[in-house]
Amino acid sequence: MQAMLQPVADLFGPSWPAVWTLIKIVAIVAPLMVTVAYLTLAERKVIGYMQVRIGPNRVGPKGLLQPIADGVKLLLKEIIVPSGSNKGLFILGPILAIAPALAAWSVVPFSEGLVLANVNAGLLLLLAITSMEVYGVIIAGWASNSKYPFLGSMRAAAQMVSYEVSMGFALICVLLISASLNLTDIVHSQGQGRFHEMGLSFLSWNWLPLLPMFVVYLISGIAETNRAPFDVVEGEAEVVAGHMVEYSGMTFALFFLAEYANMILVSILTSVLFLGGWLSPFGFLPDGFHWLALKTALILFVFLWARATFPRFRYDQIMRLGWKVFIPVTLIWVFVVAVWMMSPLSIWK
Amino acid sequence: MDFKTFVFYFLAVIMVVAALRVITVRNPVHAALFLVLTFFNAGGIWLLLQAEFLAITLVMVYVGAVMVLFLFVVMMLDINLDRIREGFWSYLPVGALVGVLMLIEMVMVLGGRYFGLDAMPAPPAAQAGFSNTRELGRVLYTDYVYPFELASLVLLVAMVAAVALTLRKRRGVKYIDPAEQVAVRREGRVELVKMAAEKE
Repeated sequence: MQAMLQPVADLFGPSWPAVWTLIKIVAIVAPLMVTVAYLTLAERKVIGYMQVRIGPNRVGPKGLLQPIADGVKLLLKEIIVPSGSNKGLFILGPILAIAPALAAWSVVPFSEGLVLANVNAGLLLLLAITSMEVYGVIIAGWASNSKYPFLGSMRAAAQMVSYEVSMGFALICVLLISASLNLTDIVHSQGQGRFHEMGLSFLSWNWLPLLPMFVVYLISGIAETNRAPFDVVEGEAEVVAGHMVEYSGMTFALFFLAEYANMILVSILTSVLFLGGWLSPFGFLPDGFHWLALKTALILFVFLWARATFPRFRYDQIMRLGWKVFIPVTLIWVFVVAVWMMSPLSIWK
Repeated sequence: MDFKTFVFYFLAVIMVVAALRVITVRNPVHAALFLVLTFFNAGGIWLLLQAEFLAITLVMVYVGAVMVLFLFVVMMLDINLDRIREGFWSYLPVGALVGVLMLIEMVMVLGGRYFGLDAMPAPPAAQAGFSNTRELGRVLYTDYVYPFELASLVLLVAMVAAVALTLRKRRGVKYIDPAEQVAVRREGRVELVKMAAEKE
């Protein structure tokens, strides 16, 4: 590979590392955007079948070209900037929403050695980047200079800050037992132990010893991405569409892309941190990226399933769940895991 | 000028301009957003100093949490700019004093050669496999464990104080206890009454 690329590298000279990184970024973002497009179709289809409907089936064979038609429609629509709005911030909002959603992918390991930036403090970097997601929503809500967007963005600020705490504690448990902040090392630490030697690798992944944290992380992930049943931010019955009310065309599409990119990010992170990443579930099957894709798809299905199943939480119920249930549970579990690791019963030696 | 120097000046210029805008811009929400930009660039400069843990924590805590809540409050408040500007001259001496003190400190750090800072030379550059996070954790939980725990205790006191300050009982609110709501049974709400059918 390196020898093959050498003539191209010579062509660019000293700027080659930057060019090569750009190529890698495109190689991650382009498939991600396609996945986002088809996730919207999958969502409509899955929810359709769960509600005994067919879902979109008119554009292309079996409705497969529907996301492309949607994309073209959004591209061609006019972007309307409300007259009383703060124009610069109004445009900055959607950009700040999608930028962290894409930047976070830089540290996600897809397979052995297949990662854009294999940084030591990867998990910390992820926490920092995902904590900035809320700015897009807040700025959009404020810059619109309208009541519903403002209410939506206030809800978003409170909700995302609350659930970040429990998510952080769940991650502390993971990095306690893997003794590393590097995501590749976290995956490797799941590929060892008694069950792994028996050939039942899926029982040695983090989800089993950290089962409560796995559940908390998944639910907090749904809340962080503002998906149903935690979607009071856009809650169409109460605040119409929250921060997105005044947005049209591509500015709206950016929010949409960011939401779905975040959904996929949370799913792939759950797979990496709790479900063994690219490791195969049984000893006799080879590891590979396809396992990670399969696990991510499974968790994405849970996201859609939850949306079709549960009614929306009330705002005070969301706050109660976040602060009075998840944070105490995770705090206690951090303590339990730490004691467990120091006791003779520790399984992470 | 190598690449690292270029990155430093790039981040530093944005940071200084953003910091200036924080105090010169008229709109408080814009000022808060410029402060966010300043923190973010400070994080970048710390990364250049190989302090990745501190840099990322700065972004996580200040940008991700503190400033979000700050914006939350600033957006909700109806801030009257004229009333803020009213006290400018009376606050100026205090502000100037703090500014001069900070300036003296900066001069002492930057011009360390003239103030006998040679006794504490800069630490040697870290090797490639150096983990900033591990080093910090080791020092914090071994050599400096008592000061560290003491600091956490001070934070706890501040937290308790903040909760105590905002805790107040309001009279006459129609508060609903969620536990009571969840525990509602049919018997508590519906009463079946048997009565004879009325005929004309």
